[in-house]
Amino acid sequence: MNAPNKAGWRPAMGDAEVTASPTASGDKALMLEEPLIFELGRPGTCGVDIDEADLPPMDALASFLRAAPPALPGLTEPEAVRHYTRLSRQNYAIDLGPFPLGSCTMKHNPRLNEKVARLPGFADVHPLAPQQTVRGALEVINQLAFWLIELTGMHGVAMSPKAGAHGELCGLLCIKAAIAARGEDRHVILVPESAHGTNPATAAFAGFSVESIPATADGRVDLAALKAKLGPQVAGVMITNPNTCGLFERDMKAISDAVHAAGGYVYCDGANFNAVVGKVRPGDLGIDAMHINLHKTFSTPHGGGGPGSGPVVLSAALSPFGPLPFTARRADGSVVLIEEEDAEAEHPQSFGRMAAFHGQMGMFTRALAYILSHGADGLKQVAEDAVLNANYVLRSLEDVLDAPFGGAGPCMHEALFSDAGLAEGFSTIDIAKGLIDEGFHPMTVYFPLVVHGAMLVEPTETESKAGLDRFIGSLRHVAQRARAGDDSLHGAPHFAPRRRLDETLAARKPVLVWKEQAGE
Amino acid sequence: MRYLPLTPADRADMLGVIGAASVDDLFVDVPGEARLSGPIAGLPHHASEMAVERHMAALAAKNVHAGAVPFFLGAGAYRHHIPASVDHLIQRGEFLTAYTPYQPEIAQGTLQVLFEFQTQVARLLGTDVANASMYDGSTACWEAVAMAARITRRGRAVLSGGLHPHYLATVQTMARFTGDVIDSRVPELSAAPDDDALIASITPDTSCVVVQYPDVLGRIPDLAKIAAAAQGAGALLIAVVTEPVALGLIEAPGKLGADIVVGEGQALGVGLQFGGPYLGLFGCRDKYVRQMPGRLCGQTVDAEGKRGFVLTLSTREQHIRREKATSNICTNAGLCALAFSIHMTLLGGDGLARMARASHARARQAAERLVKVPGVSVLNSAYVNEFTVILPSDAREAVRRMADRQVLGGVSLGRLYPGADALANALLVATSECTTVEDIEALGQALEGVLA
Repeated sequence: MNAPNKAGWRPAMGDAEVTASPTASGDKALMLEEPLIFELGRPGTCGVDIDEADLPPMDALASFLRAAPPALPGLTEPEAVRHYTRLSRQNYAIDLGPFPLGSCTMKHNPRLNEKVARLPGFADVHPLAPQQTVRGALEVINQLAFWLIELTGMHGVAMSPKAGAHGELCGLLCIKAAIAARGEDRHVILVPESAHGTNPATAAFAGFSVESIPATADGRVDLAALKAKLGPQVAGVMITNPNTCGLFERDMKAISDAVHAAGGYVYCDGANFNAVVGKVRPGDLGIDAMHINLHKTFSTPHGGGGPGSGPVVLSAALSPFGPLPFTARRADGSVVLIEEEDAEAEHPQSFGRMAAFHGQMGMFTRALAYILSHGADGLKQVAEDAVLNANYVLRSLEDVLDAPFGGAGPCMHEALFSDAGLAEGFSTIDIAKGLIDEGFHPMTVYFPLVVHGAMLVEPTETESKAGLDRFIGSLRHVAQRARAGDDSLHGAPHFAPRRRLDETLAARKPVLVWKEQAGE
Repeated sequence: MRYLPLTPADRADMLGVIGAASVDDLFVDVPGEARLSGPIAGLPHHASEMAVERHMAALAAKNVHAGAVPFFLGAGAYRHHIPASVDHLIQRGEFLTAYTPYQPEIAQGTLQVLFEFQTQVARLLGTDVANASMYDGSTACWEAVAMAARITRRGRAVLSGGLHPHYLATVQTMARFTGDVIDSRVPELSAAPDDDALIASITPDTSCVVVQYPDVLGRIPDLAKIAAAAQGAGALLIAVVTEPVALGLIEAPGKLGADIVVGEGQALGVGLQFGGPYLGLFGCRDKYVRQMPGRLCGQTVDAEGKRGFVLTLSTREQHIRREKATSNICTNAGLCALAFSIHMTLLGGDGLARMARASHARARQAAERLVKVPGVSVLNSAYVNEFTVILPSDAREAVRRMADRQVLGGVSLGRLYPGADALANALLVATSECTTVEDIEALGQALEGVLA
């Protein structure tokens, strides 16, 4: 309680002109520094009560025993809760504000999804439990598979890929197996310049060589250049649609037809499926395989970088080659798991297993809850609002930021800007770091590579108009500072838990694990 | 729709700013013949939170969850007690709903956790360094084989028969497409793994020897001996750990000479979840760090000289190197790595050792009980918290019939190795500190019942 003063029951306000002196703790009120657990913890401390074993290790283990417990400090529960809570406050998150990372799709994560994923019937079930005890879990996988097939207009779906890039691998392995089954040897995958880095990396990882397709001036795949590259050595193409410039590939069907006519297959990177879910079905555009990032389109949490989940929908041509295991619905309505044992009878051309167990079940329950919540009508609205929000951002900012494809028509779910028009010496990174000081997470920067100093803004459908207006206001302000050559922007962020970090030092002298300093 | 904030008035205002007459005008680039006019026919429309919860709860209720019955399944996924604070902390929105830490100034929470995680994993596995996690143990295993091929410039991997069959299948799938040669074998039912036969398979063109520790039957290979033989032939030793709690009791693979150690981290902090998401552990020697796959977090300083953390050595990764990257992996298992790290922090090294000893003690008690069942014997000469028992008849059938008696009694090798008749009567039994004396007695009685 404040003591009464001359102004009555009001606290003394202090003198705003006086500069604060550094604090002894290094903390600044609610801006809290936090040491590493290795600096906080004590060997021998434990925050879990575990009864001492009532039997000693068996004699036969004697020669295998560890010389000493792992050199890891422990914290009691109050210390651990405080450590991680303090650390959490140094993170930006979608719960705090928009996370406009283009192509990454950070939308609100509904808490119902968290609740259902934690039901013991899903969270506490072993992947190798007898099938008779996991009927509901298999039903979840099958129901989600059904929705993914219906929403994409495809023939089948592989549920086991662990993330988007793993899904890309799944699709390319299907293509490779299909080509081998035809007795052909095709080793080239065509990838547009604007593709995610995972596309060429996946193609190489699967043993293909990669050739690049140029883009047209309006930011789309150059159909004529693509056709010129097709031939008996081309296994397929990897197209992102909508693409990473935020544009729909108008020629998608013509691309598919040309690739099919030349004996190849069409892989679609479905990272941006959220822009068109319920509006267009990839199966109607001639796609043979497409991964769906459940953490993007279907809102499963990103958790600071994962886990992902990347089911792959497949055409009738590629479905026979999909991975094990998968679920199948029997005539009596029951759902069974098809594993190696039944592969010969049920799925003889499968390329095999990509990972242990059956996929990211914890993500399936969340994605299914999201899909059921929206339904067919809500999912269509998701795509429409996502595209509406992106176009609103595009048109609200194109007078202060260069929009290289803005003149060609509307964008899809993300708005692309370049660094053209900023003052000499100012670039995209200054805008990004300036936005941090404004209290916003920056957009995707320097991607796609086809646009100089790219800034890719994806608001998603879960931002309100008022929220978007605040974001637009801040981005406008920062862009104007960069156009005017406001030097203080070079030092941004000024107000974040850290100033700009020295990434060159980190890479030149890697310190990847904590080590005791001499004398400690 | 409760997740969509735009009102009809907002939409109209925004279309005005954009200069479009309708939302459909924004989809003008989608060819008309492919554009759907209304919601996809035949699919249900939106549902309330209550209705969706009811639907999902009904599906969950059809499953027998591990905590409801005596439970002894392992084989790559383990049920240990997860302190309540772990799940509470990972649900803080600042962790749960953060993206990959691309802007380190406002992602120090995630980054410091990853740095702590890397240190914990390296110390647990006994390696110099560890990365910020992979998808899971099986995919980490293939990545290690691919990494060994890059380092040694050889393309023949020798895999122990004790390697989890799903891990083996994952490696075989990838190798079929990359052209690597995989020399593999199914396990033999012997009391200890045949390390000498494995060593005899090493040839001058061998890139790596892959050994699970403890192996899929719960036996413990002599890693130091295999490491010496592999390295003597210019090959690397890759150790695979599917049950990290075991390392609270037995020596860390890195300390025994393994060059790369990969593993499944699920047993610490992450629930069974019917198989995923889990997290892959990946550690190696310092000198191989630039050949590693996956994200790495490193320490640095900011413009004011304060310690901070960033993602680093990204010139190995796909977003920079594209087709020349060490791997196509993009995500890590961030949230699972956080759960692992919090659980590890709560335990500390001493707590982990105590947990391992408690799990081991229960395994000893379970083994003692099971050998009293007529016709049943224990295969292993040594084990930590998982071992193999030989039944007088088909173990798959026994597992099904024990499940009918509400006992989840283990994983049959017949399920893992369909068609391998020699393994059909073998049953894997895993225990943890969660296992009670009553559970063990229930298992013994259930097995007696189904074998009678």
